[in-house]
Amino acid sequence: MDILIQVIVTGLATGGVYGLIALGFVLIYKATSVLNLAMGEFMTLGAFVCLTALLQLKAPFYLAFILTLLMACALGFVIERLILRPLIGEPIISVIMVTIGLGLILKGLMYMIWTPSFRTFPEIFPPKPLLLGFAVVPSGLLWGFIFAIIGTIIFLLIFKFSRTGIAMRATANDQQAALSMGISVRWVFALAWCFGAMASVIGGIVIGNISGISVYMGDIGLKVLAVIILGGLDSIGGAILGGFIIGILENLTGLYIDPLIGGGAKGMAPFIILVIILMVRPYGLFGKELIERV
Amino acid sequence: MENSQEYQLQVKDIHLSFGGLMALNGVTTGVRKGEIFSIIGPNGAGKTCLLNCINRFYHPEKGQVIFEDRDISEMKPHKIASLGIARTFQNVELFAHMTVLDNIKLGAHVHLKSGFLSGGIYYGKSRTEEILLRKEIEEKIIDLLEIEHIRKQVVHALPYGLQKRVELARALAMKPRVLLLDEPATGMNLEETEDMARFILDINEEWETTIILIEHDMGVVMDISDRICVLDFGQKIAEGKPQEIRLNENVIKAYLGEEDITYSRLGA
Repeated sequence: MDILIQVIVTGLATGGVYGLIALGFVLIYKATSVLNLAMGEFMTLGAFVCLTALLQLKAPFYLAFILTLLMACALGFVIERLILRPLIGEPIISVIMVTIGLGLILKGLMYMIWTPSFRTFPEIFPPKPLLLGFAVVPSGLLWGFIFAIIGTIIFLLIFKFSRTGIAMRATANDQQAALSMGISVRWVFALAWCFGAMASVIGGIVIGNISGISVYMGDIGLKVLAVIILGGLDSIGGAILGGFIIGILENLTGLYIDPLIGGGAKGMAPFIILVIILMVRPYGLFGKELIERV
Repeated sequence: MENSQEYQLQVKDIHLSFGGLMALNGVTTGVRKGEIFSIIGPNGAGKTCLLNCINRFYHPEKGQVIFEDRDISEMKPHKIASLGIARTFQNVELFAHMTVLDNIKLGAHVHLKSGFLSGGIYYGKSRTEEILLRKEIEEKIIDLLEIEHIRKQVVHALPYGLQKRVELARALAMKPRVLLLDEPATGMNLEETEDMARFILDINEEWETTIILIEHDMGVVMDISDRICVLDFGQKIAEGKPQEIRLNENVIKAYLGEEDITYSRLGA
């Protein structure tokens, strides 16, 4: 029983981080209808930049963190401006292919700059684990969870209440009408990329802290894809809830199925869930169901 | 030819084509301040294209759009709103997942002065502005258009007639100097159509808003328009007061076909 609760708590903590990265995907998808498959590489890049700032520049963590966010912001703007904007109006499949290419380019660049060796973050957070009485949360996961939740709440508040957020929602809903209201759709696209990149680098820093950094860390991006498809591509609430569900299911599979088949099931679980969801609810738990009236 | 100085908004020699199809072929016309100006014509005559050229959704190959002595032909589409040109759409283009009030607030978007950050944290200047704005919107527009009872409802669940009214409210929240209405009464029953005509007249009188109207309901057009412009196959075939248009031979031809057929249809 104790171990079950422990696994669920761990799952919730991992799920919070998935949720944050998923939020990045959803922000971009909602505003621009582009599925950014380079999200995992954004994440890795964020982790590397933060690490370099910490080790090379000897910056304190908060400074390194802010620096990484600024980098993400710039990255989002530049990519939107140079790569995505010329593709407006092209078939969606080409745009998605371009994001895959972008991911590979980023991966290659990181390979050249930081070499493929595995690194760990210096100790940033107090190493004391949190004792909940019924379960223990390791320090890295705990702080990761706190970061992810704060990040998620901030993005949610901006999206829900600020004028910028309302402009973003309006654009997601109806671009023509948004234009006629005086909202610059291009500006909103750029902002969406910038927010999406920021969400993913926070996720990158958090995951880097928990399990170390390598060029291949970005593969988690694929797992997060399962999260957003579960939650519904265009649902922010769905992204967060989907994160928790995948996080818990993944850890439960690790606990109960792995010993039976000798391991490997944990990594597979999110994708098996992905396949099942696509068969049962192709638009996800909270996704918008497209109904065509004729 | 009338003196072009008195026009508030004018288009000069607009050419627009899609592939080989000439959607607008040298249309020149103008609207005076405070007028209700209707654009009519058979389907595909280029009416909506003309509106789209005015608020820059389309980029005409040739020609100018001049608003209050300023050439706006090269302006970005989202800047048009801040000049005071608002519009509604032929097929309702509301933000379907938001409430009526949120939709109207988005219309007032252009008049908020506070910056990105203070707007984000909803504080200080931004807050007072928001309250003032709300009051103005609530009192004036919601009263005027009689949508008090649905203000908190989500738009996509509303009946079509009300959605059209909400769209008008959203456009009004921009406090426009010129309001472009693309078929505001389409798909409405008799009562709703009469309401809509009354609203348009009220807006025109109380807010002194210039109105450019596209409408197929000839009853409404003839009743409320000061002047009418008739388009056919991308060309202006007539312009004038309702009585003149009603008797214009070209217009009758465009609507009912060649003269002899017209006579036979009229039973003459």
